Amino acid sequence: MKPIYSTVIACLALGAVGTASAETLRLLTWGSYAPDNLVKMFEEKYPDIDVEVTFSNNEEMIAKLRATGGAGFDLAQPSHDRIYAAQLEYDIYKPLDLSKIDTSNMEAKLLDGVKENTTIDGEVYAVPHQWGTSGLMADKSKAPELAGWGDLCDAKYKGKTSMRLKRTILLGTAFAMGEDPFAAYSDLDKYQGILDKVADKLIACKDNIKAYWKGGDDLSAMMLSGEIVASETWDSTAYKLFAENENIVFVPPSTGALAWIDTFAFPRKGKADDAAYKWINFVLQPENVKLMSASTGAMAAVKGAKDLLPDDKKAAVNAAFSDEDVQNLKFFANIPPGVEDMEGKTLEKIKAATGG
Amino acid sequence: MAGSRAKDAKKLALILLFTPFALWITLLILLPHVGMMVLSLKEKVAPRVYEYGFDNYINFAQEPIYWNTLLRTGSVSLLVTLLALLIGFPVAYYIAKIAGNRTKGALFLLCLIPLWVSDLIRAFGWILLLRETGVISSALQASGLIDTPIEFLYNDATVIMGLVYTVVLFMIVPLVSTLDGMDNEMIEAGYNLGGNGFTVLRRIIIPYAMPGIVAGCIVVFMLSAGSYLTPILLGGKNSSWFTEQIYDQFISRYNWESGAAFGFVLLVFTSLVVWLGLKLSGQTLSSTVAKS
Repeated sequence: MKPIYSTVIACLALGAVGTASAETLRLLTWGSYAPDNLVKMFEEKYPDIDVEVTFSNNEEMIAKLRATGGAGFDLAQPSHDRIYAAQLEYDIYKPLDLSKIDTSNMEAKLLDGVKENTTIDGEVYAVPHQWGTSGLMADKSKAPELAGWGDLCDAKYKGKTSMRLKRTILLGTAFAMGEDPFAAYSDLDKYQGILDKVADKLIACKDNIKAYWKGGDDLSAMMLSGEIVASETWDSTAYKLFAENENIVFVPPSTGALAWIDTFAFPRKGKADDAAYKWINFVLQPENVKLMSASTGAMAAVKGAKDLLPDDKKAAVNAAFSDEDVQNLKFFANIPPGVEDMEGKTLEKIKAATGG
Repeated sequence: MAGSRAKDAKKLALILLFTPFALWITLLILLPHVGMMVLSLKEKVAPRVYEYGFDNYINFAQEPIYWNTLLRTGSVSLLVTLLALLIGFPVAYYIAKIAGNRTKGALFLLCLIPLWVSDLIRAFGWILLLRETGVISSALQASGLIDTPIEFLYNDATVIMGLVYTVVLFMIVPLVSTLDGMDNEMIEAGYNLGGNGFTVLRRIIIPYAMPGIVAGCIVVFMLSAGSYLTPILLGGKNSSWFTEQIYDQFISRYNWESGAAFGFVLLVFTSLVVWLGLKLSGQTLSSTVAKS
């Protein structure tokens, strides 16, 4: 859930000598989740570890691990809702040894939430790293009243809004229609009913949309150029735009912004577990959290994370979130098997429909 | 003795020359396709439990969205092929027949230059030009021709134009090489015998260029039907492309089985179109592509 369009493999060159005996830590993570300065500091602290970074996104991470049965990487960072079902279906992760991770300064609510979501047969498969939300953004000078998911379909903004045709907008629209899609995950027939209603609504809305955005870059370009005035978005993208134009703010939808947590998880056939534990503990240290958040634009899952944000990001967060909005967050629920297919079909139906 | 040694040497040369090709075909084409075929015949019944059957293909046939997208992809690709031929033929004819020897090389190089830049960058180039606040729209506004900005991006015409731009080179190259081999005297003879420009084109040049035309059309059609970036980046909210469906099945929906089936459907469909095209135009592969 970070604006990364294509997979970029960055094999970071090392200054270290005698790398032949060195251990390699192969990270599979989001773009910007392994900034160069942090990698360098880590390699200075542990001279016998080489860090190799592959940038990816949720779907591609799982596809890569599935292709190899969990080999090829030592540490992956999928979102918390992509652990449980993926593990049940494809057996690509291995359990964590929590005693090796310094969880003391992690935000308890997030840690417990992730543990609960990713425990299989009593074993924990992930701990939280960064979290953020999906919601709306608006140019205040042109769309001051935008407040809920449904407002993207308001005829006032005809041809001036955008969204990404992925599951987030399905869930957001369901909430805006007064449904609770996460509660319906346990009853897939009911969930199909909700999806059908959402599809009708979004097909009718198509005429209002300028184009579906595909990555953070095209969304940013449309928003900054003023071609659109409001869109569904990741909060980090909105924060970046806030730095360039103070009128562009993140708007947590009235029904609650959808919150995701990117985690640390171990691929099943990873070979450098110790190095991976070292990396986890390293990036969770407060001074490193600051560097990480400056790069990711998201908040770390540690106590007082907001104060560890760089100043411009802090201003953007304060402009977006009140305490009430934070209480109102809806965390993505585990995706049960089968739901991806149902949601995929619905999205295809919307894309193929010519109406609206 | 000497004769048989020469024979052995010839045999060895043949084997050495043939090995890379055989390895390439087997390892990179045949094996992956066999794997895909097996995958496409699997059906997930429960987590980690699979059964063999034709369900993925049946699902494809039962869902109008899928085959509509496939037909759309096919017909747009045919249009792209036709446009590429119409644009490519005069260019190729000029390079092969009219331009002097020195300009020939320069012109050919000019045609190749766009290929030095990746597909992605070229698509972004179009986006910069065509978007509502882009170069063309702004220029038209500045010149006073239009009052409000126009969005050129995000529609089917843009996709077709982008595709033609990407593939036209693959039409030009085989056409130039066929036309190059044509004796100028044949054209002169056509005129001497009383033919006008159109007759010469229809009865001499086109029949002679047929191998190049067929080869170009096949390559262009296949490239266009199998392209991913251009339709995705330039296409609008209604324009689906079949490769996008395949990507979604594999990546977004974790449904490799159905994605593999879609891949085979696309392969069979495009092969069928090529076969039909050859049949309808009365050509065969051996009389055209193999001849060139």
